Amino acid sequence: MTKVVTLPKLGEGIEKATVTFWYFQEGDSVKEKDDLVELATDKATFNMPSPCAGKLTQVFFHEGDAVKVGEVLAHIEEGA
Amino acid sequence: MEYRVFDLGLVDYQESLEFQRLIFQEILDGKFNAGLILCRHYPVITLGRRAVRENILAPEEELRRQNIPLVKVERGGDVTYHGPGQLVAYPLVDLQFLKKDIHWFLRCLEGLIIDLLAGYGVSGQRKPGLTGVWVEEGKIASIGIAIRKWISFHGISLNLKSDDLAGFGLIRPCGMDIRMTCLEGLLGRLPQEQEIKKNLAEQFSKFLKKGE
Repeated sequence: MTKVVTLPKLGEGIEKATVTFWYFQEGDSVKEKDDLVELATDKATFNMPSPCAGKLTQVFFHEGDAVKVGEVLAHIEEGA
Repeated sequence: MEYRVFDLGLVDYQESLEFQRLIFQEILDGKFNAGLILCRHYPVITLGRRAVRENILAPEEELRRQNIPLVKVERGGDVTYHGPGQLVAYPLVDLQFLKKDIHWFLRCLEGLIIDLLAGYGVSGQRKPGLTGVWVEEGKIASIGIAIRKWISFHGISLNLKSDDLAGFGLIRPCGMDIRMTCLEGLLGRLPQEQEIKKNLAEQFSKFLKKGE
């Protein structure tokens, strides 16, 4: 099954973040809780962990792109 | 919340970064829940994730001549300058025990500095849409943080001494045309560094208690 990774709510009044670093590339295997991607808002950076183990099949936003809360960041093929 | 306070004195930026990583790991391992690292830095320019090269105004030869290194770091924000005339505070906090809200935490850090300044009769303020602490004369404290596994690192720098403000002329701080000011300039004298550190540690302790 494909796990859809979206940008979660970041707190009050924060609607978007910028992708600053991908720890993995499309095709890489990831473990659950591995740091997947680093994002930044104005004065803070934070990491999103992988929600499951599997293969990162598709990345929808690249470094420098702005992502809105709820938008899809990546697809992970669970257990693959 | 169990916390520790560390005073590194005057240290090289890189050394303090390694120390932050050490304390980060101890918090991650659950040895304690928060730490406050206090220090001052030898002159250095650090570039946050949003930094653009154009915001460094001084030519590279000039920085080399003055022995000022450029360091890329994982914190948020643009470019900043640190020098021995600033008090730098790195609050490492496991936000899982307080509130998992990054911008709430940024506002709390501003609050720490505002309360600290109030103790010296200085009225610090937030600016809507921006991060940091301002007084009428200019910006007095800058903030940029990183969060990993809900533990914060990097932090706050508070301008203390007038003779160090010139360092900000090497850059466009945070990518903006900001006038910087300092505690010594506002008070006409500088309170003892140890006393400021003690007061800041007290504010940090109050913040952790309030958040529980």
